[in-house]
Amino acid sequence: MNYDFNFSVIWRNWELLAQGLGLGLFLALVSIAIGCGIGLLAAFGMLSRHRVLRWIAVAYVSAIRNTPILVLILFCYFALPQLGIALDKIPSFIFTLSIYAGAYLAEVFRSGLVALPKGLREAGLAIGLTELKIKIHIIIPVMLRNVLPSLSNNFISLFKDTSLAAAIAVPELTFYARKINVESFRVIETWMVASLIYVVACYVIAWFLRQLEQRLAVPR
Amino acid sequence: MSPILTITDLHKSFGDLEVLKGIDMTMQKGDVVSLIGSSGSGKTTLLRCVNLLEDFERGSIELDGEAIGYRHDGGERRRLSERHIARQRAMTGMAFQQFNLFPHMTAIRNVMLGLTKTKKMAKDEAYAIAEKWLERVGMIERRDHFPGQLSGGQQQRVAIARAIAMNPRIMLFDEVTSALDPELVKEVLAVVRDLADDGMTMLLVTHEMRFARDVSSKVVFMHHGRIHEEGPPEQIFGAPETDRLRGFLANSEM
Repeated sequence: MNYDFNFSVIWRNWELLAQGLGLGLFLALVSIAIGCGIGLLAAFGMLSRHRVLRWIAVAYVSAIRNTPILVLILFCYFALPQLGIALDKIPSFIFTLSIYAGAYLAEVFRSGLVALPKGLREAGLAIGLTELKIKIHIIIPVMLRNVLPSLSNNFISLFKDTSLAAAIAVPELTFYARKINVESFRVIETWMVASLIYVVACYVIAWFLRQLEQRLAVPR
Repeated sequence: MSPILTITDLHKSFGDLEVLKGIDMTMQKGDVVSLIGSSGSGKTTLLRCVNLLEDFERGSIELDGEAIGYRHDGGERRRLSERHIARQRAMTGMAFQQFNLFPHMTAIRNVMLGLTKTKKMAKDEAYAIAEKWLERVGMIERRDHFPGQLSGGQQQRVAIARAIAMNPRIMLFDEVTSALDPELVKEVLAVVRDLADDGMTMLLVTHEMRFARDVSSKVVFMHHGRIHEEGPPEQIFGAPETDRLRGFLANSEM
């Protein structure tokens, strides 16, 4: 193979790539935050005594988890407007990714909740707390700390999934990489650098999350 | 003097299994009553009914003159609202076999939680009360430790402080030393005894017969969901009347 590597066009466009990376991180952060809320509701729903709530939660989780995320993204962006729900590219993508994250986190939270000792709730009851206060002050904080490692993994997955936003022209890293590729024909260089940025970003995120896990973990 | 706790004809089943078959019992302020009996006799269930961790189908429990858990509406028995029951539960303090401390909170925050969230106390007031009770159970130096950093005996002492800081009318102890290594039992029993000496009304389920004998004003021997024999400790341990109790005591370590 005789190929002259030339990265100059990529360096010239570093600002675009940085912007794209920033937007990807932002999308992942917002989505996991919303997804945590949805996931918590769905997890409690799956464990609810009420059959209808349980059914709704289980239907949501299995429907989303059995649909490819790219299809979800395209559905929300192209089909929902036809049904009267028109969102801009970025809100539409955040909506999709949050719904998607919610379904995966619901499973994580559900198993976290099931694994908690029954005595925690009873100890809360014994000091006169209501079920809601027990959830807010005891059950949810303890469960979240226990599932932090899974939460980190989910966040990294979500961050990588933000590359799919390129499909609806959300200007994140993959979108800009494609743009640079098309404009410069520097195929190998562009995608090498894009891949490298993802790898490094994921390592750095993982490192930060590990620090966070250690700070927030229940001390033993 | 009116009794602080009156249990009348209490029945409780788990499915088809009737575990309490009509319990009658009264306690005066300052009484220390020990429930003894083999496992499955219903003593823990009885304790759990008193703070409504278990529902019961028949009979009544009155705490300081107030019927707990249920009200009667023209002959119909209804469970009280969750909020109402939560308020009633706060009138009893409970220490569990497995301690059940909140693992994400320091010792002092464990004690404060009920004060700030149930009693709506200001933080600094709750802190002062929590400090007082941690001091009392000998845990003040460990106030900023998390449960995972404490021994079983220390956790149990914090758990007792957490319960008693709520200023309950009666303290319930559910086999509080059963999960502890033998060398840690003493420090917990010392705390319980200290509270008893202080006039706290207490109902305890225990397998520590020597302790029950020392600390109780009355001992209740349960068998198959009924009170089989009861009386002052000297009588129960010194001159048991029934074969069943004699057999039980013979099999228990003294």
